Amino acid sequence: MDTSVKNAGITRSDLPLRVIHSTPEGIAKAKNRIRRSFRQIRTENVFRQTLVIVGLLMVILVLGILLTLVVQSLPSLKTLGPKYLWGKVWDPVQDVYGALPFLVGTLLSSFLALIISIPFSLAVAIWLGEYYPKGWLPNFLKNAVELIAAVPSVIYGFWGLAVLVPIVRNLEIRLGVSPIGQGIFTSSLILAIMIIPYAASLGRSMIQLVPSQLKEAAFGLGATRWEVIRSVVLPYTKSGLFAGILLSLGRALGETMAVTMVIGNTSLMPKNIFAPGNTMASVIANEFTEADKPVYVSALIELGLVLFLVTVVINLIGKKIIDRFTHD
Amino acid sequence: MKKNLLSFRSTLTVAALFIASMVTALSLVSCGGGGSGASGTDSTGSSDDALLGAGSSFDYILFSKQFSEYNKANGLKVNYQSVGSGAGISQLTNKTVDFGASDATMNGKQDSALSSPAIHIPITAGAVALSYNLPDVKDTLNLTPDLIAGMFLGTITKWNDPKIAAANKGVKLPATAILIAHRSDGSGTTNIFTTYLAKVSADWNTKVGKGSAVNWPTGIGGKGSEGVSGTVKQTPGAIGYVEMSYAIQNKIPFARVQNKAGNFITPTIASVTAAANVQIPPDSKVSLTNTDAPDGYPISGFSWVIIYKEQKYNDRSLDRATKLLKLLSWMIHDGQQYSGALNYAPLSPAAVNVGDAILKSATYDGKPILP
Repeated sequence: MDTSVKNAGITRSDLPLRVIHSTPEGIAKAKNRIRRSFRQIRTENVFRQTLVIVGLLMVILVLGILLTLVVQSLPSLKTLGPKYLWGKVWDPVQDVYGALPFLVGTLLSSFLALIISIPFSLAVAIWLGEYYPKGWLPNFLKNAVELIAAVPSVIYGFWGLAVLVPIVRNLEIRLGVSPIGQGIFTSSLILAIMIIPYAASLGRSMIQLVPSQLKEAAFGLGATRWEVIRSVVLPYTKSGLFAGILLSLGRALGETMAVTMVIGNTSLMPKNIFAPGNTMASVIANEFTEADKPVYVSALIELGLVLFLVTVVINLIGKKIIDRFTHD
Repeated sequence: MKKNLLSFRSTLTVAALFIASMVTALSLVSCGGGGSGASGTDSTGSSDDALLGAGSSFDYILFSKQFSEYNKANGLKVNYQSVGSGAGISQLTNKTVDFGASDATMNGKQDSALSSPAIHIPITAGAVALSYNLPDVKDTLNLTPDLIAGMFLGTITKWNDPKIAAANKGVKLPATAILIAHRSDGSGTTNIFTTYLAKVSADWNTKVGKGSAVNWPTGIGGKGSEGVSGTVKQTPGAIGYVEMSYAIQNKIPFARVQNKAGNFITPTIASVTAAANVQIPPDSKVSLTNTDAPDGYPISGFSWVIIYKEQKYNDRSLDRATKLLKLLSWMIHDGQQYSGALNYAPLSPAAVNVGDAILKSATYDGKPILP
């Protein structure tokens, strides 16, 4: 690009709007300048259009998915009606479909996983963000935590089935509940491990962004490390931390493979957190290939629609809470 | 000038990208309206000489062997997708494959979705074995139909139940709780097993019924045969049903089951073939469960290949139809020799005879294809 060289040669008096020197040189310079600004404008426009189009594309895709789900669930919406949402029986033989056990299973396992994972992800975030941001050990830990997110979920499923299930079964024998080993609690444990990196990574970078003046001022006033974290770092970063937690909840809601391998896959309503259950994602994955009746297929797709809406609603609530945090 | 051209080109690229993605989004939507996969190009009409099939995952290992042998001998390529019986039937309905394969016969709703009648050809037979985990019991357990139904309905809950003891005299049974393991994914195995239970137990028939996925009254679900056998292996007191070939290959202990004639039968290739050596109706649509054969294992079933009776549809050539029919005829005769080694039960003579008659009924433009 030689524009910069040309640019350097143009002085204020060369600007075409002011005076056009009637020398051939002057006219040539002015034409050049005009052409250049046209090009600039065009490039600007193309870039802006690209941004708008790509952005719109995302919206169109999401709307397209929603539309597909709605259209395909129409047969089930028509035959089953709203009863679908609170029906407790899922019986493909009788064509009776109620999604409540799966809705409960999804929410129960995800929120339980969230509660289990929060202390760990917060601890990792604070330790890496505040105490030891640099050095080989924190670096190693940071990479290790991020690696957790990169392991394919079927591997978690295998590990859960081989290692976690027997441990949970022993725990259940001690607690006196029926010792199955597979169930909502086991799947929550697996999910909790899987979602730690999401909240931890985001939390760590948020904590590192806290202005050092704030912390130094607090230290200067005689605050201890714990007091600084409690009254400066955490309040300053709470919206970011919450966003990380929300991200991990979204992951937990949609996780399929690892959950289906350890949750016990029964359509009965879970009686307690150790009971086997099922989630919406895992029912779809399990039953879709062999669903042999139109209403059955449609009921499964409606399950996808409900999962979609649940995720949207939870995200909206989360956004509201983040807004409130930031406006305080 | 060069730069002008460049920006013009980038506008073009952007526009093309946009149009392409719009088309994708739209086709996503339209696909939604038209049911599954109807929008793809019609592959059966293509001149490519590979035959296409889709369906049962149970058949997959046998088919792979048969098709590879047939390819060596006759140079015909067959692409088989093991997508599940239900998906195979819907692909046949959409005419995207030459044949479907299913562990269950087509039901009324599936039949009415077809544009012209289809025929079922029995291709192999399989069985469902009941495997259990009782570490202290060394003898093979005997199970009666009532016991199986009772356990899976949740009315028999302990292994030392007097009813189980009555069928297993001299076996010391523990007081462990029974844990039922069933398939969580819809499957032909579940279909055979629940069809059997619905036949032998009126209670089961009214409360649960039969199908490739049912509302299990008790127990936990595992994904695939490996999921069920994994649960059984891990949990003392568990009992579950798995495909016989899977149980044999993985050396999982399984129970003897009492058949209609009153004999306790171990599931083996021979006892499954025996189960199929009964009177078979001309359309071959018969469930072998609870067979009348005195030496037959009662929880067995055929697997079928399904094709259109009239092979002239879309722009299929006579050549393609003939190749398909010849392949199927080879599969039920010479192709059966590969069954045993892969733990599939070879077709009984009765089944081969019926299969022959059905293949001869297939037509192209109204004229029979096979001599």
